[in-house]
Amino acid sequence: MTREALQPHGQRPVFLETRDLVVGYDGSPLIGHVDIELHAGEILTLIGPNGAGKSTILKSIAGHLEPIGGAVFVSGEPLEGYSAHDLSLELSVMLTDRMRTELLTCADVVEMGRYPHTGRLGILTDEDRRKVREAMELVHVWDLRDHDFMRISDGQRQRIMLARAIAQEPRIIVLDEPTNYLDIRYQIELLNVLRRLVSSRDVAVIMSMHELSLARKVSDYVMCVKGDCICAQGPVEEIIVPEVIDDLYDLEPGVFDPVTGAIVLDDLPAGGAAGEGAR
Amino acid sequence: MQRQSDIDAAFGRSVRRRRVTVVFAALAVLLVALASLNLVVGSVDVDLWNVVVARDAGDPNYKIIWDLRLPRLIEAALLGGALALSGFLLQTFFNNPIAGPYILGISSGAKLVVAAVMIVVVGSSGVMTNAMLVASAFVGSLMAMLFVLLVSRRIDSMAMLIVAGVMIGYICTAVTDFLITFASDANIVNLKNWSLGSFSGANWDEVAIAAVVVLASSAAVFCLSKPIGAFQLGESYARSVGVNVRAFRVGLILLSSLLAATVTAFAGPISFVGIAVPHVVKRALGTSKPIVVIPGAFLGGAIFCLFCDLIARTAFTPVEVSISAVTALFGAPVVIAILLRREKGRRR
Repeated sequence: MTREALQPHGQRPVFLETRDLVVGYDGSPLIGHVDIELHAGEILTLIGPNGAGKSTILKSIAGHLEPIGGAVFVSGEPLEGYSAHDLSLELSVMLTDRMRTELLTCADVVEMGRYPHTGRLGILTDEDRRKVREAMELVHVWDLRDHDFMRISDGQRQRIMLARAIAQEPRIIVLDEPTNYLDIRYQIELLNVLRRLVSSRDVAVIMSMHELSLARKVSDYVMCVKGDCICAQGPVEEIIVPEVIDDLYDLEPGVFDPVTGAIVLDDLPAGGAAGEGAR
Repeated sequence: MQRQSDIDAAFGRSVRRRRVTVVFAALAVLLVALASLNLVVGSVDVDLWNVVVARDAGDPNYKIIWDLRLPRLIEAALLGGALALSGFLLQTFFNNPIAGPYILGISSGAKLVVAAVMIVVVGSSGVMTNAMLVASAFVGSLMAMLFVLLVSRRIDSMAMLIVAGVMIGYICTAVTDFLITFASDANIVNLKNWSLGSFSGANWDEVAIAAVVVLASSAAVFCLSKPIGAFQLGESYARSVGVNVRAFRVGLILLSSLLAATVTAFAGPISFVGIAVPHVVKRALGTSKPIVVIPGAFLGGAIFCLFCDLIARTAFTPVEVSISAVTALFGAPVVIAILLRREKGRRR
C-alpha cells in the first residue's frame, strides 16, 4: 500500500502531497516516511493510538510545525514557498486548542474565517457575510449567530469552529479530532457535513479521529499512525479490517471488530459473566 | 423564510451598531464635559469668557488657563488614552485580562531608567530634553517588558505572570527610591513628585511631543486592529488565517512599551488605567472587537484620567494627591470585579 494505492482519480487535481515527510518536535524526528497524495473531493483520516503523532503530522502539514525532513506540497507548490497569507487561502484548520474569547458572538468567530479575504481593516462586505452565513447554515449553527461563543456547549463550539474553517474557503481543510466533545448525533451530523462539503465544493479534508466506525463511513483513505511509523495506509475498506487494526492498537485477535464495533471483554475470574466470546 | 432570516440577521447587526453609536456618543459627551470641568474648576475662579473667547492677555488669570490648566488637561487626556491602549495591547498579547503596563512592572522600569538618566544628566549640569525623557523611558519599559517576556516563557500560569510583573515593579521602584534619596541636587527634588505620578507641571512643549508620539502610536495600533482580532482567537488560529505572528508580536511589544513609556516620561507611573478602562469599555460596547474597542478605550482612558486628575487637583486643595492614588481607588475595584467574574465563569 504505497502512494500509488492512493491515486485512483487521475483527472482530479492533487491538493495536498507529502513526499517522504519526517515530522517531530525540536529537530528530533518522531515519524518518518509520511507519504500522502490527496485529491479534490477526498477525505483522508489518520487513526492510531493516543500520542501516536497524528496531531504532529497535521501541524506539519498546516505549517504550524517545521517539517524535519521531506517535503509538503500544497496545490503543487512547496509549503515553505508560501507566505502565511497565501497559505491561508489554500488551507484552513480546526484545532484541539480550547479557545477563550471575551464578548464575541458565534458569528464574530466564524467571520474571522474571512480574514484572508478582507481588506486592511478587516471590514466584511455583503459577499463576505453571505459566505459566513452559508458556512454556518451548512453546519446548522446559523441560529447560534448572536450567542456568546463562551456560553454554548462544547459540541456547538466545535461546529462553530468547523464553520469558521469552511468560511475561509480553502482547498484543504485540516481537522484535528473534529468529533471530540460531540455526542453521537452531532458526530454523525458533522460527518454528513464533511461529506456534503467535499462533494459540493472543491475541497479536500485531512483529519484525525478516534472513532473507527465513523472513520470507516466517512473516509476515502485511512492512514495508520503508530508512534514511530505509518504502519499502513490505503483505501478505507482495506485498512479498517481486523488484521490491520489489531496490529495498530496492539489488540489480541478477535477482541475487537472494527467493522461492527463489537468488543469482547476479559472473563471475570469469579463468574462467567462475559460469556463465551473471547478465547 | 430566507428573507425573514435575512431581516433577523440585519436586525441583530443594527442593534449592535446602535449600541456602539450610543456608547461613542456618550464617551464624546463625557470627554467634552470633563475637559470643560477641568478648565473651570480649580483653586482660582476664572472669568472664562474673558480669557478663552476674548483672549484678553491682560486678565490676571490668562496664564492659569493657557499655560497651566489647558496643557495639563490635554496631557491628561492624551496620556490616559495611551495607558488604556497599552493595557489593551498587553491583555491581548498575554491573553490575560488583568495585564497592564503598571501591574507588569513596565511603568516602573521606565521610571527607573528615567530617574537614572536624569540624575546623570542633571548631575553633569546638562539639561534633560523631552525627547531624552521619552527615549530613556522607552528603554526602561522595553527592558522591563523583555524581562516579563522571559518569565512568561518559563511559566504558563496567568496569575504567576502577574506576580512576576509586580515583583519587577517593586524592584525597579526600590532602586529608583535609592537613587532619588542619594541624589541631593535641587533639580532632583522634583523627581520625588514625578515618581509618585502626577500631571502637574505639564507645559506646551511636553504636550507637543506627547501628542506626536501618542497619536502616531495610537494610529498604528488602530491599523493593527485586524490582526489583533485574529490573535484574540489564539496564536495558532491567527497564524492559520495569515497573520505573520512573529512580526505582529514584535509590533505589539514595541507599541505597548512606547505608549506606557510616554506616559511615565511625563506623568510618572499611573496605576490601573490600563486594566480598568479597556474592561469597562468592552462591557459597555458588548464586544471585544478591536476595531471599536481601540478608539473606545482611547476615549475612555482620556475621560478616566481627566476625571481622576480633577479629583487629584481639587479634593484636598491646596494639597495635590498623586494621580496614581486616585486611579487606584477607582480602578482596583474593577480588577476585583474581573477576578470575581472569571471565578464565577470557571465554576459554571
